Amino acid sequence: MAPDDTRPDRSHYPISRRQFLHRSGAAFAGGMVIALILPEGSSAGVAGADYDWDRHRWVYLIDTTKCIGCGACVRACRAENAVPQGNYRTWVERYEIPPEAEPYVDSPSGGEHGFDPVTTSMNVRKAFFVPKLCNHCKATPCIQVCPVGASFATHDGVVLVDGEHCIGCGYCVQACPYGSRFINPETRTADKCTLCYHRITKGLKTACIKICPVGARRLGDRENPDDPVIEILATSRVEVLQPELLTRPKCFYLGLDMEVR
Amino acid sequence: MFPELTGYLFPNDVHIHWSLMIVMYPYITGLVAGAFLVSSLYHVFGREEFKPLGRFALATALCFLAVAGLPLLNHLGHPERALNIVVTPNFTSAMAGFGILYASYFVVLLFEVWFVFRVDIIDTAARSRGLKRRLFATLALGVYDTSLEAREIDRKIIRILAAIGIPMACLLHGYVGFLFGAIKANPWWSTPLMPVIFLFSAMVSGIALLIVLYQVAMKLKGMPIDRRAISAMARWLWLFMIMSLTLELLEIMMLAYERAEEWEVIGHLLTHQLSFSFISLQMVGGGLIPLILLGIVVIMDRYMDDRIRNTLTMVSSLLLLLQVLAMRWNVVIGGQMFSKSMMGFREAYVPGMFEKEGILAAAVILFIPFVLLVIFEKVLPTFRHLDQRGELT
Repeated sequence: MAPDDTRPDRSHYPISRRQFLHRSGAAFAGGMVIALILPEGSSAGVAGADYDWDRHRWVYLIDTTKCIGCGACVRACRAENAVPQGNYRTWVERYEIPPEAEPYVDSPSGGEHGFDPVTTSMNVRKAFFVPKLCNHCKATPCIQVCPVGASFATHDGVVLVDGEHCIGCGYCVQACPYGSRFINPETRTADKCTLCYHRITKGLKTACIKICPVGARRLGDRENPDDPVIEILATSRVEVLQPELLTRPKCFYLGLDMEVR
Repeated sequence: MFPELTGYLFPNDVHIHWSLMIVMYPYITGLVAGAFLVSSLYHVFGREEFKPLGRFALATALCFLAVAGLPLLNHLGHPERALNIVVTPNFTSAMAGFGILYASYFVVLLFEVWFVFRVDIIDTAARSRGLKRRLFATLALGVYDTSLEAREIDRKIIRILAAIGIPMACLLHGYVGFLFGAIKANPWWSTPLMPVIFLFSAMVSGIALLIVLYQVAMKLKGMPIDRRAISAMARWLWLFMIMSLTLELLEIMMLAYERAEEWEVIGHLLTHQLSFSFISLQMVGGGLIPLILLGIVVIMDRYMDDRIRNTLTMVSSLLLLLQVLAMRWNVVIGGQMFSKSMMGFREAYVPGMFEKEGILAAAVILFIPFVLLVIFEKVLPTFRHLDQRGELT
């Protein structure tokens, strides 16, 4: 307390106004410092305890020649990540391509319940399934356009959304050329494939990879010199979706057809 | 003409995320930019023919800018986090500058309004008593100097503020065009012409709005409609609508002639999904017809009876207000009608009457600025410097 006795007695206040202002100023400054030194898009709370995101660089490989269109991956993803009905973090497309005609493509309920037998009268000579998910692009348009920085890339190359910070403007949904994002009707924020970040950082496989009965989906780690997926990327002819957009996807495909976007 | 589309949509692409509210936002900021331009033609460039409208145009810009953020807030999934855009802006996003641009333009506009109406505020404070006097004394911000020198300084400041305001209004609005134009995932949006098209159509809608409001206000007040002002506005409106229509057509002609890959989708979109709002409204009803009507007004101006001129400009302005709304709709909704699979189209989007982002919400938001204008007119009459014969005093 100040010794000046003309001032009103504030001894019954727990702290003086001056102290309060001092302390709140310090608290504010401290908060700013913490906010500045926290790693951008901290993965704390989701990742495994001893996980170091600087020692992994994830890639994803899809072998379309293996996919049988059972839709188990879509169901597993929905169960694992509580994806709301009508929205998809992953889905499977079916292509039926008659010679010299436009392709017929479908994905009923994202392929979640598999596919009905082909009923088309077209003389289909070429048909295949293409599983899709977020490409976790290196030059991703969705992070670029997020006005508040709620979309971010982890050091190990996974594109995530901070659901606590997202304002739900939907700009990222518009910017994604692959249709991988949606506005979650329950959280009212942007939602997408997380590459099961809560699993892969604990040494587990993603739900879709784990469930796939034919091994059409595989996870690779560029920081692992013996990784068989990285070996395939290094030695085989692989493709990405819509390469002309220069988004540099980290999701690679084997056996893609020119009709697939 | 167009190959049969198989109708495959990416499963996440069945929702329209940018709703009627996102149509309203560029529409309202466009009205602001256009109205501000008219006021600046007088305040900066000294176009005397706009003097009767100089203050009214400014008040219109302010009242519409005051609600411009509402559709965005109503659209956000988390409006309570809206300030994140200012607190943690991600500057690689075209949208991040929104808060800063909007706020700074608002401040410039507020200052300009204050300087323009300063002498009126002081006069009213001096002539009234009680609460009204206190209100106006507060509005005067403690400055009561109405000497000739002070007014001369006011004029200079107004000129500077209005001059700063022009690029800011253009930025605020052109950047909405940029927001769409810079989305490479969407061929209907992704064109460098987009900000320019948005700007010209903004001028069209703003001038058209002023023509309508000015004529209605004069009728309500029993004042004569200033012939020079209407002629001049008709001329500017014609110019801007020609520019805007040309650019809108140019974009489509280029795509069609190049037979670019995206034309398969966009051609189908314009002739099927958007056939009414694009061909009937944006091109013919709101484009060709006002083009002819305004052409008659501009070319025959000297020989035209005032009543015919007023009617023709009024009809053209109403049609053009509809045209610009249709243009915003065709861009915002049209761009979401096709899937990014480029193989299929969504079902038609019809906003519900009572849903959160529906027609009623949009109508209420669009109605508020008119209420604000009436209040503004009550507090600070924008036509007071005209006497009952409509002569400038």
